[in-house]
Formats: sequence, structure tokens, C-alpha cells
Amino acid sequence: MVDTAHFCCNKKCIVKVLQSYVASTLPRRGPDVTCPAPAANRTACTRAFGHRTGLSVHRLGDKLIGKSLTLTGISKAYGAVEAVKNTTLEIHAGEFVSIVGPSGSGKTSLLTMIAGFEHPSSGTIHIASQDITLAAPHLRNIGMVFQRYALFPHMTVRENIAFPLRMRRVSRTPDGRRRVAEMLDLVQLEGLEDRYPHQLSGGQQQRVAVARALVFNPPVILMDEPLGALDKKLREAMQLEIKRIQERLGATVVYVTHDQEEALTMSNRVAVMHRGTLQQIGAPDELYRDPQNAFVADFVGSINFLPVTVVSCDENTAVVVLRGSSAPISVRRRASDRPTPGQLYQLAIRPEHLELRATQWDCNSVIEGVLDTVVFAGATRTAVVRISALGDAVVRVQVPFSQAIPEKGALVSVEFAADNARLFPAESEAQP
Amino acid sequence: MSDNKVSSWVAQFRRGQSAKAYPPAVSLLLVSPLIALLFIGFVYPVARLVELSFANGAEPYVRLVKGDLYIGVLTDTIVISAAVAALCLFLGYPVALAMARLKRRAALLVTACVIVPLWTSVLIRSYAWVVLLQRNGLVNDLLQTTGLSDGPLRLLYTQGAVVLAMTHVLLPFAILPIQATLRSLPADLTRAASNLGATPIRAFVLITLPLSLPGVFAGTLLCFVLALGFYITPALVGGPGSMMMATLIGQQTLVVLDWPFAAALSTLLLTVSLLLVAVFRRALAQSKGFSSAH
Repeated sequence: MVDTAHFCCNKKCIVKVLQSYVASTLPRRGPDVTCPAPAANRTACTRAFGHRTGLSVHRLGDKLIGKSLTLTGISKAYGAVEAVKNTTLEIHAGEFVSIVGPSGSGKTSLLTMIAGFEHPSSGTIHIASQDITLAAPHLRNIGMVFQRYALFPHMTVRENIAFPLRMRRVSRTPDGRRRVAEMLDLVQLEGLEDRYPHQLSGGQQQRVAVARALVFNPPVILMDEPLGALDKKLREAMQLEIKRIQERLGATVVYVTHDQEEALTMSNRVAVMHRGTLQQIGAPDELYRDPQNAFVADFVGSINFLPVTVVSCDENTAVVVLRGSSAPISVRRRASDRPTPGQLYQLAIRPEHLELRATQWDCNSVIEGVLDTVVFAGATRTAVVRISALGDAVVRVQVPFSQAIPEKGALVSVEFAADNARLFPAESEAQP
Repeated sequence: MSDNKVSSWVAQFRRGQSAKAYPPAVSLLLVSPLIALLFIGFVYPVARLVELSFANGAEPYVRLVKGDLYIGVLTDTIVISAAVAALCLFLGYPVALAMARLKRRAALLVTACVIVPLWTSVLIRSYAWVVLLQRNGLVNDLLQTTGLSDGPLRLLYTQGAVVLAMTHVLLPFAILPIQATLRSLPADLTRAASNLGATPIRAFVLITLPLSLPGVFAGTLLCFVLALGFYITPALVGGPGSMMMATLIGQQTLVVLDWPFAAALSTLLLTVSLLLVAVFRRALAQSKGFSSAH
């Protein structure tokens, strides 16, 4: 069983290799290959030769950079495991879109399919209006920055950056030389062009990788956790650098990262993936303020989940009570979800929307607990409050330095404005 | 003062300079069995051998240079070894590439095909070629039944047979170092090349091949050096017309019993081997692939 599956997989690989080989030996330009098969077999033939339809290694047209990228109904299965499930994603020209998610969420699979190293099990990929679903990687003209940079160790910085131009036979033309010089200037590596990659620091290698992916004006640029190997300071500097270059060139960038903070800093829009499905896509502040489900709420920024029971529900609001309490809380509910009384829900609220008070035994305070620890977090402090009524659940509260904090072990109450709370069904997982 | 210096030197010898490496004392202890073995089993006998070759003065060397036969055997040996090394490289590289690129079971299968013959005795593998290539052997039968030849061909006891059998025996020694180098190359490099517009063939020629050169050199050199001193296979499948140095030395030691002359031949072979290896390494160290791979 295992054997057959495995050899099938290999056969597929061989077919792929042959396909790309055929593509590479066929003439690059000129009229399309006429399909020898009768009309009925036409689709199969188009699939096999799909990458020939007008695609070619482009010759550095100036208007190429910054095209739209459309994924329609993309799925990818490895045997029984579905890495990506029916994902549709539209990225506009010149947009910086981050795909975030925990490891194994399918974000890297998505990227390898866009780059053409894997083919989707179903669905299509378009750049502008061109179908590239089955095109060989070298005919896609997509620039990619790899996680470990993948610089060619036996080539100098200049040779590395000129590699895509060399593949397009323009590296020796005046225009080609000018482009390499421009790129060196853009990523601030002048004077290092004759060094080998192992003679550069991590940050410098990263710049070479970016320059190499940009030099041929690719319509779409993919970045696969390009800053993962750098330390925090350098990472922050490079984030701004990449953003600056992207904005200056008007490039379309798809940026994969597991660091939600990085995604929020750099992107026009952020797509959150979990278990192979796209959870939500939106502007960073939209994602932060109005998460569509508990996973997004938990993954983007930090948030507290409190178990509640629904008491009643009307047009815009739902009334819930916390477990172990009788005080009703009125929360704005989402239109897509209609809670019924008695159902278990989760009340999600961010630490900055909570307020810490010394307990005065007044009836209005909803949550009461014991102050566990106080953590220094730079601009603010985070108080960790243990709530015995909720089975010793922990609630994080952001406390400004201006506010005095009671002693550890003191009884405190935590208050919040119901406007800032969100309600999610309890069965959806909070933890990634 | 000098006492101080000595004690600090001793301390360093015992403790070393960094926690990452063993201190010199421990390192020495660990390699001492090997060093002892090397001295008893290699350095001492070789020294005795060289000494023996000069037992009758320079007479054996004069005989060696004067007789065309011996120089002829030496050049034959070098030519055959070079041919074997080249064949091993050309036949071995694709296999190494397949081994490095295949996954799980398929890779295991190919690896087994390469390693299992290595575990089999050289004697058995050489006899297998005798069986295949003899007058009434499989190859001759096949040639005659398909009508490619009229009578049985003389296949065994030729230089071709020696090259063929030695290539077969030495192939794993070329494949394994190449495979190790290819496997150590990140898969992202070829992906990056194709992503940047390189066809699969150009990606191989410009990226994979130059970066695998250290393995290629190591494998080829290993095959060449091993072939220079090969004994059993040439003795079995090679005839008198295709004698190699090792066979000649064996003859002098066991049949003619001219030990000083055998020692002179051995010394010559050793010198030539070392010289060729030194030249080879020197040339490679200056080539780009070797120096900038890391």
C-alpha cells in the first residue's frame, strides 16, 4: 500500500520534471504549440502544455513590476493530509500582503504553489490575467526571497544579483549592468559586490537575496520568512527597509511569516491561515479590532477568553453571564452568529481594554480575583489576575505606570466596557 | 620565571583553550591507538621496504629503468587507473544525483544497490566477470545467438576486461563522496535558480555541478589511487598482456623471489602515487569550485 502510493508520487515527480524539461527545450517565443489532440482531449493537453500559453522568460519590460495575483479555490493534498483547503485570495497590484499562521497552517504550501515548486490539487493561480497554475517555475517570472536566502555560495554578490539577468541574457548589456548597480544602491551594498556570500553578515546576505529577487522587475515577489534568521534589532531595521523598497518600486509582495507583529507592521493587508484554511483577510487594524473568530482574535495580538453563558439575545446585542457570577453583561453580537439562550460562549477582551481596581466589594464589578504577578512589558505593565470563580483561569490586564498596583496576593476586581468585548462560540478553538 | 612558563604550558596542555574542543592531552589520548597502529602497520614496514630496495645498492632501480617492460607496466597502470577513475565519475555521478534527489524508499533501494556490492568480496565480484566474459560465457553466448558475432570473441584477459571489472568494483567509491556533497547542498539553491529563470539544465550546470565539484574530486581521486594499487581484479581478468604494477610486484615477491627488486617496484609505485595525488590536490586547490565552496 505504502509502496504504491509512494511510487505513484514519484511518477508524478518524473512527469513534472519532464514537463519542465519539455518547456525549457521548446522555443520560447512565437505562436503557441498547436494541440495535436482532438477537441475532447483538449483540456488534458492544455493542462500539460498550460505553461506554454504565451508565457516566457520576460525580457525586462519596465511595466512588469507590481501585477495582481489571484488564487481561486486552491487546494493541496499530500496523500491523506490536506495542507491547503479551498483557499481563494485576491492580491491587488502593488499591494503588500502577509500570510500569517502557526507552523503547519499551510502558508508555506501556498507560497510554494505560487512559486511553482508544487502544483495545486485543484484551483487556479493567475498573475494579472494570465493562468500560471501549471507553469514551470522558471517561466513564472516570480521573484522569491527564501527563508535561508539560498544565495549561490560560489558566486559573488554581483554575480548573484545578476543571475536572473544572465538567465534572460541581458546581464552584459548596458541596461543589465545599470540594473545591478541600481539594485546595489537600493539595498545599500555598494563596495561589497565582489565578496562571496560567506563573507557577508546575515543582514547583508538578506539584502543580496532581496536585490536578486527584485532585479528583473518581477510582477510578484514572494518572501518566505525572510527575516527569521536575524536578531530582533536587525529584523526591525530590515522590516522598514523592505517596506521602503516595496513602496518605492510599487511591487506586489506576498510575505509569509509566523510573526504576527511583523505582519501587522509591514502589510497593507494580512491573511490569517489556520489548518489549511484562510480564517480572515483584512487591514491590520481591522484584524485587531474586529477578528472574525476566536482563532484570529487569539493569534493577532494578545487576548483573554472568559467562559460565559448566553441569557438572551436580540437584534444587535446578546446578554451573557460569566460562569460563577450572576451579573448580566450586554455585548454587541456579530450579525453572522445568532446565540441561543443557555449556549456556552467565550467572551474575548484585550488586556488594554481591562482595568484593574482594588476590590471595594461593590456589586458592579464583574470579575474578582487574586493578583498573581506583575510583568514589565516596556511601555506598560501586565498584571496577571487569577480568578477562582473561573477555575483559576488567568486574566491579563494592561496597567499604565501612572496607576498604582495593589500588592501581590491582594484581592482585585477587573472591569471593562462591554463595547470592547467580542463574543465567540465556545466550540471554536482558542488555542492554535 | 621559566618555571612559571612551563607550568602554564602544562596547564594549557591539560585544559585546552576553549570548552568547544578537547584539550590537547585528551585529543592525544584518543588518537594514540591509531597513531600506534599507523606506525607499526604502515610507517615501519614502508621504511623497511625502502631500505630493502637499496640492499643491493641502486642495482634494482637501474634494472627497472633499463627494462622497457617495467616502465611500460607503470604507464599502463597509470593509464588504466585514469580510465577507471574517469569511467567511475561518468557512471557514478548520475547515480549519486538520483540517490541525493530521491526520497525515502526509492533512495534506500538505490543506496542498497550501491552498498551491497561493496560488502561483497572483491574476489567474488572479479570471478563473476570471469564467468561472464569467458569463451563460453554469458556475453559471448548472447553475441552469437543474436548474430552480432560469428565465433566466440576474446573478452577475458584483455585491458578492456580489466577496466570494466575495476570500474565495477570501484564505482561505489566514486558515488558515495559525490552523493554526500550533493546531499549537503540545500534544495533551496536549485529552487532559487529555477525561480530566477534558469531551465533545469542550466540550474544543474550553473549551480549543482560546480557546487558538487569537491565531492567529484574526492571520489575520482579515491578511485584513481585505489586503482593504482589494485591486485586481485587485474590478476584474475587481465592477461599477461595487461599486467599492472601490483600484479608485477606480486610476481616478483612470490614467483621470482627477487625481494629487493619487488621492493624497488613498490617504492616506485608509492612515489608515483604520492606525486600524482600531490599534483592533483594542488591543481584542485587552485580551481574555483574547490576553494569557494566554503
